[in-house]
Amino acid sequence: MIVLDKVSKWYGDFQVLTDCTTTVQKGEVVVVCGPSGSGKSTLIKCVNALETFQQGTITVDGTSVGDKDTDLPKLRSRVGMVFQSFELFPHLSILDNLTIAQEKVLGRKQNEAADKAKELLARVGLSAHANKYPLQLSGGQQQRVAIARALAMDPIAMLFDEPTSALDPEMVSEVLDGMTELAREGMTMMCVTHEMSFARKVAGRVIFMDHGEIADDRPTSEFFGNVRSPRADAFLSKILQH
Amino acid sequence: MQVWSWTGFFEYLTNPFIIGGAITTLWLTLAAIVGGLILGFILAMMKISKNPLLSAPASAYIWLFRGTPLLVQLIVIYTGLPQFGIHLSVLESALIGLILNEAAYLAEIVRAGVGAVPAGQVNAARAVGMREPQIMRYIVMPQALRIIIPPLGNSVNGLLKTTSVTSVISMEELLRRTQVLIQEKFMVLELFAVAAIYYLVLTTLWDFVQRRIEKRYGRAYQQVSTSKSSKMPKIGAPAEQR
Repeated sequence: MIVLDKVSKWYGDFQVLTDCTTTVQKGEVVVVCGPSGSGKSTLIKCVNALETFQQGTITVDGTSVGDKDTDLPKLRSRVGMVFQSFELFPHLSILDNLTIAQEKVLGRKQNEAADKAKELLARVGLSAHANKYPLQLSGGQQQRVAIARALAMDPIAMLFDEPTSALDPEMVSEVLDGMTELAREGMTMMCVTHEMSFARKVAGRVIFMDHGEIADDRPTSEFFGNVRSPRADAFLSKILQH
Repeated sequence: MQVWSWTGFFEYLTNPFIIGGAITTLWLTLAAIVGGLILGFILAMMKISKNPLLSAPASAYIWLFRGTPLLVQLIVIYTGLPQFGIHLSVLESALIGLILNEAAYLAEIVRAGVGAVPAGQVNAARAVGMREPQIMRYIVMPQALRIIIPPLGNSVNGLLKTTSVTSVISMEELLRRTQVLIQEKFMVLELFAVAAIYYLVLTTLWDFVQRRIEKRYGRAYQQVSTSKSSKMPKIGAPAEQR
């Protein structure tokens, strides 16, 4: 589904990604973790071309992301993305947040888009808020709307860029629960997150990044077992000691 | 010459000739703001563009028209252009001068408004597959509009008074008509007081309109819930339970 082959990226002289190679199969849930500045957000943003890269290739469902002839908006419309800071459209109601791209990008009829939006809002438990505006909701609610907004496009895969990092602790679980449910339904997911309990419970594989490299990439049980790489070990011991 | 004539004052306060001048001032302002916004929007888009063939002419235009007095621009248009065989009426000269001048200022206001919309919003719009013109139209401009309303209102207020400059090319707006009557009747203070009152009426009316517009565009940004539930958490407050 998502294939990264030797992806490298530079900001000027500074190399942020070095030969990143991995594959996410259809229906697979992969967690990407690592220290801050290790390039995990940059890597995931390369997948839907919100960031460019200079070397290597990324293909999503057979389409090459780096190819100049690729219709990027079309590709992006098929890959859902959830951001750390939610990025709902503040000037639009919750319902309109879920319908605007369905109508303008997919060309769905207004009532068709609204039906889909209402169904998804019900699924994330926010039907009562359809006519409110994003800033009138809590962070956790906004992030659930953001997930629903991405799902409204019927994506073939979902990218999560630290979806719980900007949330107050008590709101983290409501978002993770939604993501867990999505994973159970067979959605292909690539999640940058520090939530190791989520990784343990839901992810099939964990990618550990350090200094722009994929330092470790193995099944979840192995990653949390005893055979991990020294760098991953150092990272885990830091974040798991509490 | 008498000191102050109340009779004269009230007579000119209801004088159709003066009121006609005030109406001219009003529509001259509206025409200049509408024309200026259209041209200003185009200039702003050009200036934002990464293509120097677009941004350089826009910058030069803004530099020229903000850097020279409207008075000079009007005189050049009305009395200078005929030397090149271009003959414009007083009305045409006044309208063109006001629009060209105002566009330079409004271009900067629009540019600032567009620049104030967070980059994350553009990324979020890209992530759902929108194309750049759609992003500008549905995501960036509506948010920029809310930001530019206060400075735009300032421009309208300024323009209501700046239109008086067109009196030098004998445009028959409020000030010009006041001066015409002064030359006939010599009631200097009374007539200027009447003119001042009409300018105040116009700017006060605009204040009222502007507040309405601000409220309308600020709707989505108010923390108060529009629904019946009174328990609406602020951002950062605990989420209500599902």
